[in-house]
Order: sequence, then structure tokens, then C-alpha cells
Amino acid sequence: MQRSTSKALFELLSSMRFAISLLTILAIASVIGTVIKQNEPFNAYLNQFGPFWFPVFEKLGLYSVYNAGWFLVILAFLVLSTSLCIVRQTAPMLREMRSFREHAREVSLRQFAHQAELPDALPFADRQARVAAYLTHAGFKARTSERADGVLLAAKQGSASRAGYFLAHGAIVLICIGGLLDGNLPLKIQMWLGSKQTTTGNQLIADIPESARLGVNNWSYRGNLFIPEGRSANVAVLSVNDGILLQEVPFTVSLKKFHIDHYENGMPKRFASDIIVTDDLTGESFEHTIEVNHPLEYRGVTMYQASFEDGGSTLRLAGRNMLHGPAAAPLELEGQVGETLRLNHPKFSYALELTGFTVFNVEEMGEGVESATGMARLREHLGSGAARQDSGREMRNVGPSFTFKLRDEAGQAREFQNYMLPIQQGGRWYLYTGMRESQSEAFRYLRLPVDEDGQIDTWFAIHNLIFDPARREELARRVATASFGDAPAAAPMRERLVETASNTLAMFGERGYETVGRFIEASVPEAERERAADVFVKILQGLVWEAWMSARERAGMEPITINEDRAAFLRDTLAALSDSLFYESPLYLQLTGYDHLQATVLQVTRSPGKPLVYLGSLLLVLGVFAMLYIRERRLFVLLKHEGGDLVAMSSNRKAIDVDETFERHAGALRDLLTPSQDGAAPDQTATR
Amino acid sequence: MELAHPSLTRTHWLRDRDLFDWLYAVALVIGAGLALAKYGAFMDVYDDIVLIIHVPALVAIGWYWKPFRGFLAAVAVLSLFSIWLYQGDLARAEQVFFLKYLISSQTAIMWMSALYFMATGAYWLGLLARSEFGEKTGSTLLWIGTVMGTTGLFARWYESYLLGPEIGHIPISNLYEVFVLFSLMTALLYLYYELRYDTRRMGAFVMLVISAAVAFLLWYSFSRGAHEIQPLIPALQSYWMKVHVPTNFVGYGAFALAAMIGVAVLLVERGILASRLPPVKVMEDVMYKAIAIGFAFFTIATILGALWAAEAWGTYWQWDPKETWALIVWLNYAAWLHMRLTKGLRGAILAWWAVIGLAVTTFAFIGVNMFLSGLHSYGNL
Ligand code: HEM
Repeated sequence: MQRSTSKALFELLSSMRFAISLLTILAIASVIGTVIKQNEPFNAYLNQFGPFWFPVFEKLGLYSVYNAGWFLVILAFLVLSTSLCIVRQTAPMLREMRSFREHAREVSLRQFAHQAELPDALPFADRQARVAAYLTHAGFKARTSERADGVLLAAKQGSASRAGYFLAHGAIVLICIGGLLDGNLPLKIQMWLGSKQTTTGNQLIADIPESARLGVNNWSYRGNLFIPEGRSANVAVLSVNDGILLQEVPFTVSLKKFHIDHYENGMPKRFASDIIVTDDLTGESFEHTIEVNHPLEYRGVTMYQASFEDGGSTLRLAGRNMLHGPAAAPLELEGQVGETLRLNHPKFSYALELTGFTVFNVEEMGEGVESATGMARLREHLGSGAARQDSGREMRNVGPSFTFKLRDEAGQAREFQNYMLPIQQGGRWYLYTGMRESQSEAFRYLRLPVDEDGQIDTWFAIHNLIFDPARREELARRVATASFGDAPAAAPMRERLVETASNTLAMFGERGYETVGRFIEASVPEAERERAADVFVKILQGLVWEAWMSARERAGMEPITINEDRAAFLRDTLAALSDSLFYESPLYLQLTGYDHLQATVLQVTRSPGKPLVYLGSLLLVLGVFAMLYIRERRLFVLLKHEGGDLVAMSSNRKAIDVDETFERHAGALRDLLTPSQDGAAPDQTATR
Repeated sequence: MELAHPSLTRTHWLRDRDLFDWLYAVALVIGAGLALAKYGAFMDVYDDIVLIIHVPALVAIGWYWKPFRGFLAAVAVLSLFSIWLYQGDLARAEQVFFLKYLISSQTAIMWMSALYFMATGAYWLGLLARSEFGEKTGSTLLWIGTVMGTTGLFARWYESYLLGPEIGHIPISNLYEVFVLFSLMTALLYLYYELRYDTRRMGAFVMLVISAAVAFLLWYSFSRGAHEIQPLIPALQSYWMKVHVPTNFVGYGAFALAAMIGVAVLLVERGILASRLPPVKVMEDVMYKAIAIGFAFFTIATILGALWAAEAWGTYWQWDPKETWALIVWLNYAAWLHMRLTKGLRGAILAWWAVIGLAVTTFAFIGVNMFLSGLHSYGNL
């Protein structure tokens, strides 16, 4: 009973059906990991799937499918099934490879799909000699078996096809085992055994407990080495689930310099780290440059250029007031990327986290020119593959930018991205600052127009006046005077305009155009709204203009007159003023200077399974080609003393070329055994 | 005993060669020799090895499949002519008539596209009207189109160096270029089977997938400007790209071909076009041959990809979506081969399977770039 159960189990596991089911399941399971982004921070998943599904998916291991227990079990079954399949096939295959089947009986030969009669006119010995010679010539190995009524020449070729089976299937077992060694199974086992535990990422390396450290003897790992310029590191960080482990490496790596080169069009051309490696045991050291596609292997550990980050650049910032009320002098700040500064002020209190800095930002600029149509369009696409110079688009480096988070006292953070230099858009220049609530959103940009000197001082001066309630009356008066002159006769009109203008400004100060628009919708009949909106915009423009003039007077500058450029600046300023009311920060942080410091991220790996996998790959290719392209053929020629000769062929594959091959061999044999008419046949007696 | 019978004098494969075989081989040897002598200084040891390996490989293909000799000769002549016309100045693409309207890269690829569409029409006409003339025309157009497309890629390779020595690279580095490669590979594989099985009737179906690829190519170039030569990002600056990508596309081309034959098999099984298409047995054989060659090359390509990944990203396998989908494709065809070869399965199921296989392959080829994010960043739509 016991025996038969285990036999049945063996049959099942080694069966083709089981294997194909496994292949299918493996394929489907693999899809999951390509749909759900793997190994992201758990917070991102929580946002994506919500509090109900997040833990369910976590239990199922969907955030790291390829390391999940159940996935490894499928792989293990594949290895088991393939191994058992090999075991099961070995004996029959070897028998097949060795045997010539020279004992095949005539009745069974006559049932072959490929069989034909042969001429039997020549003497028996002659026929046998000719056939034997033919078989050798045609590349067959043959064995002769004497029988009562004649002789059977059993020949075969292409037995190596069977060896291909062993190679290919053995290779799969090898590759899977190698892969398992290099996966995080060894790590998992260490963690299961209870000796190691992950810890959280945001702490100093020195504070990380022993239980989260792996020694240099750990034989399989993949982690990241983070090294700022001028510093060194000898522990790599391994991310496991949502925590980290530290891996000690047997040497220290110092980064001298990190290089990013760009092509003319701004695309990155080269990432390279000039490093010094010092062996911790012997103290020897050497210099080397690691580049993408050019790794370094040292003491069994391979280092690759994985990515780069900011290494703690120093940023100098001017915090400019975005609140309403009297102007304040810009706040001078300085900090390093990675640092958190405190912004304490009577009106607000924030933690300013400097999160990133990039020197180069290459963006596609320009709106593109209208494409031609018809034949002209086709003609544009003829010629060389070089990019067109007149496409109206170009890649341009728009200069440095930095990112930061403002965290309020409740712990809520908003993320910002500010560019250092003005960027041209539609022929005018703006400073861009982006804001978003969470990582998953795109930045929404506020564009602050720069003035004729390329500065944003004018915009801020106007901003401070326009949104200062104490100045409303004054600005409204200036507008009224500008409109109606200061003649006493116009006083009633002036007064009315002063009232309207200062109300408009009060409304605008709430939520910009949005409040004004609502007011128009609520109080003006539909037919007249457009005109009313025009009037409001005119008034607002007048107010901004007056704020500008007033700011100039205050600064002791010459008065100016309106022109086209200034009108455009006015419109931009107004739009930015309206948008700035949705900018959720009390300050605009302007980057005024920086000292750049890069850091490189090197991936360090130790993969003991690699040779196994590479060997398996080689065998796999050999095996697949052998199986698919070496054709096993068996040719049987039965020669009988009494005549009635027969040729038959079998093959392990049913394909059309088997028919062709058989025809070729049968035809050749027929020719060879047909006595020639011109008397050249070796034995005349055969021709009666 | 005398054995000088014709069937016994096993003809030696060398003795079987005709004059053109020898001319072809000699031309290849001389070509490679000249390249080594003249440009050896610019080539590293891998370049040398690859160049030298190409000689016997191309000789073997040309000797085994005769029309390939003429094809290669035409491509060589046109490509060299194109390079000669350029005289090292990219601007001449706009000035020289032959460049502007025939053999600069974009023009040649446009010719390829037009010829492929015409070939599709001719094959269909041939099939529906039972016109041998139609089929022969289709075949001729397909050959010429393939010559133009291949010339276009070679010209593009040269042009990229004219843009700047540091920009120059083999034109198989983005989605646009590999689509050209895909069309060419599928066409060549089909042309081989056309001769091997001595029937042009499957052309109508195979041309459908090629036309679809060309249509995509045109859209991609006209609406996205994808044809513009871009420099290589660091991750692609590797020798492995040159071997990994073309190997992959033998696989993709063969799978696409098999799927289209699968469609034909399914139609015939329903009695549609049954009297016009070749017998199911023949088409199934082509389908098997195509999947076999595709699987073999795809196996190599995946391994080459793993070797490359080991160098570029530090691990030979890290379940990046592109890698994972390559594995899925591979498992799928492994299962297909098992079903046919060891289970002896035939008919509609295998044909359907091949068609679905193409859907999976297409997803691995472009879907992954469009819908999933990963490290394979060479082609975003
Ligand atoms: C990832 C797993 C596997 C892959 C990629 C694979 C691949 C292949 C390939 C490409 C062939 C060639 C087709 C042929 O020549 O017949 C083949 C044949 C074969 N496979 Fe697999 N195989 C796998 C697993 C298995 C398993 C688990 C079994 C056990 C049931 C198995 C049994 C066979 C047999 C019996 C043959 C026919 C060998 C011959 O007749 O020459 N395979 N396999």
C-alpha cells in the first residue's frame, strides 16, 4: 500500500502534465510581481491599496513576490519535478541511445509509417555489402543481426539528441539551484533561525544593533554602499521587507570624485566613481574607476555603479515672505541636504527638511513648430536619421533645483521643488516652484515672473503691497487718481472707484481670481458677466501697476511708463499673485548659492551561485540545440535470402522532413540494388 | 568489390559549391580583411572576434540558403554607396539626390515600408486570385524591401557616427530601431521558409504582422519623431547590447511568423481559404520549425541578457518586469514544444497557443515598456 502511494506520487511529480502545469503556474505567478511594483516602501503600498487590502497583500508576500515563501515552493517543485523526470527518463533514454533494435520483427517493420520494398535481384551477399556500405556512407551506425530467413541491418544516427535532453533538463535544475543560492533564501534562513532582525532605516550606523548586522562571512548578499565624495564606507545596506540590515564588506571604499558627463543635448553620457579600495585585512589599497557596465570585483565581492545621490551639498537660501501683512526682510538660511532646519517665527513653526539637490536639470523646451502636411510632411522624414534642427524643440539644461519638505507641528508634510534660475516659457522668464501633498502626485508649479533685471524682487515688492490690508486704501486711491485725475469735479467718481477697487482687492486677497469669479457669478446677470470680468481685471491690473509704481517710489527709482513688455509682466504678476494664494508655505525659499557634494551608490553583491547558473546556461543552450536540431533516425534494412526485401525508417519526431529523408534513403537504396542495364553491374549472373 | 555507384559517392559539401558560392565566400573574406586592415585600430578585441565570426556564419547561411548571397551583396553595395555619397558630411543627405530619395537611412526605411505594404497587397492578391504572378511579385517586393530596410539600418549606423564619434552606435538601441529590425527579421525568416517549403501562399498572412509593425513604425516616427538618432544612455553602452538585441529579435520574428501561420491553420480548419492555403500538415510543420528556431534563439538571448544584467546592474537576474516577461514567454514556448513533441499534440489547440503566444510576446516586447516601469528604459512611448 505504502509503496504504491509513493510510486503514484513519483509518477505524478515526474509527469509531463505536472511539469506543464507548474510552468503555467510559474508564469502566472511571475506576472503579479510585474504589475505590483516590488520592494517599495510600505507607506506607498498603504496609500495604493488602502488599509483593508494592504495587510492582506503583505501576508501574501505580494510586495516581494519573488522572495515569497509560496513562490519559492513553486520553484522548488519545478526543480523536484524536473529532477524526478530526469531520474525517470534516464534508464529508458540510455537504453534507447545504446540499442539498435536489431531484433525488430518483420511484422512490426511492415507496420512502420515509413517502409518500402527493395529490389532483390542482386545476389544476397552483394546486396548486404552494398547496403552496409551505403549506411556507413550516409552517416549511420549499423548492426547486423542474422536471422533464419536473412539478415537485418539495423542502423541509427543522431542519438546525441537524447543527450540533449539530459543537458537541457539538468541545466534547468542547476540554474534554479544557483538562483536559489543567490536569492535571499540564505538570508531568510538566517532570519528564521532567529539570530537576525531588520531595523529601521533612519538611524545612525553606529546605533544599529548587532542583531541587524551581517558579518563579512555571509556568503550571499546584495546591498548598497552609499559614499559621499571625500568619505568612505565599509558597510552596505540591505533592504529587506520594510527594514534594513547592515552588511559588512571586507574592505573600505572611499569616493574621491563622482562624475556625470552629458552629451550636448543634455542626455547623460557617463556615470563614474573614482574610488580607493583599502583591504581591511592587509591594509593594501588601490585606485579604480567604476562605471556603468564596468564593474569591479574584489575579494569575491562585485561592485557596480548603481546610482548616485546628493552627498550633503550645502545650500544657501533666502526665505521670502509669502504671508499677508507688512513686508519682512528675507530670511537667510544655510543647510545641508539631508539636514532638518527649524523655521520658528511668531506666525508659524515648521521643520524644513532639505531632501535633494540637482545641479543639472535637462528639460525639453519650446512648444515645437507646426508640422507640415502631405508630401511636405513625408519629405521631412526623408534623409538622414539626424534630429531636425528646426523642430522648435530642444533639450536645455535649466540649471540647479532643490527639493525640500515643510513639516508642520502636526507632522503633516508638503514637498516642494524650487529651481534656482529663471526658465523661459513663451518668450518670458519665470522662477518655478513646485508643490505637492504626497509622493504619488505630480508637482503643481507656481511661476513667479522675473523683472527687467532678471530678479524676483519686483514681484515680491508688489506682493507685499497688494496683500497688505493696511495698504488697500492707498492703492485704491492711486488707481482712482490715475483714472480720473485729481480735479475736484471728479471726486464722486473717484470715491466710487476707490470703494470698488479696495473691495476688489479685499476679495482678491482671499482666494484670488476664484473669489472674484464667484462674486461675479453671484451678483451679475449672466449676459453681462464677461464685461464685468473685464472691468475687474482692469481694476486689478491698475492696482498692481500702482503697487509697482509705489514700490519704485519707495526704493527711490525713476517712474516708468507702460509698454508691451511691462503689460505682459503685469499680467504674469497678477496671475502669479492669484496662484500664490494656493501656495501652502509662509515662505518662498530662493536658492542663492550652493556647494555641491555628490555621493555614489555602489551595489555590492556576492553571488556564489553565479558559476552554477552560468554553467547551467551553457548546458541549456547546448541541450536545446541538440534536442531540436539533432534528428534521431533509425533505418532498418531487411534482406532475405528468398527476396522480398524491405527498408523501414523510424524517428522520434513526426515532421515532414522525416518523409523526405525516408524517400531519399529508400530511393538511393533502390538505385543501388537495381542491377544496371548497361552491363556494368558487378555480377552479371544476377540478371536473368 | 566495386562500389562506385552514384548513390554511394557521398557528395562532399565542399565539392557541391558553385562559382557564386565561392565568389560570395571570397568577397566576405576580403571584406572582413579590408575592414580589419583599415579600421582595426578603432576596434577592440571583441569587435575583431565578432567580425571574424561573421565570416563563416554568413558563408554558411549563404551556402545553405542561396538567395541570401544576392541579398547580402545588394545590401553591401547599397550601403557602401550610401557611405561613399555622404563623404563624411551629414548635410549631404539633403543635397545629394540618391541620398535624399533613395539610400539615406530614413529614405531607405520609408522605401522599405512602402515596399512591404505593396508586397502585402501582392501576396493577398496572389492568394485570393490564385495568381502565381501576384505571389511572385509579392516575393520580389519583399526581397527588395528587405534590402532597402537593411541598407537603411547600415546607413543609420554610419550617420550616427557623423553626428559625432561619441554619439555613434549600432542602430538597435531604441524602440524605433528595433521595430525596423523586427520587420526585417520576420521577413527574412519568412523568405527562407517560402523557399524551403516551396510555397508562397503563407506570405499573405505573415505579411499582416510585418505590415502592422511597419504601420506602428510610421506612426511612431511621424507623430513622435522617434526616428531621430539619440545618443546612448550609459546603461546601453555595452558590447552585450550588440549581441543580445539581434538574438532576441530572431526569437520575436520567429514567434510572430509562427502565430500568423497559426491564424492560417485556424482558418483552414474552419474551411476558410482551405483550397488556397497549403495543407495543414505543411503549415503546422512551418509553425513548429519557426517556434523551434525562435525558442533556441530566445534562450540564447535571455542568457545573454542575464550576462549583460550581471555587468550593468550587478545581478544576472532581478525580476525586473522585462526579464520576468521574457521568462514567461520562454516558459510558454517550452510548454508548447513539450505539447507538440512529447505529447504529439497537433491542430487547433497548438495553433491557438501560438497565436496567444504572440500576444504574450508582444506584451513582453512593447507592453512592458508602455505599462510597467523597470530598468529597461530604452523605449517609452
Ligand atoms: C522549466 C522547465 C522545462 C523546460 C524549459 C523544458 C524544455 C524542454 C525543451 C525545449 C524540450 C525540447 C522539446 C523536445 O525536443 O522534445 C524538452 C523536451 C522534453 N522535456 Fe522538458 N523542459 C522542462 C521541464 C520538463 C519536465 C519537468 C519534464 C518531466 C516531465 C520534462 C520532460 C521532457 C521530455 C520527456 C522531453 C522530450 C525529450 C526527447 O524526447 O528528446 N521537461 N523540454
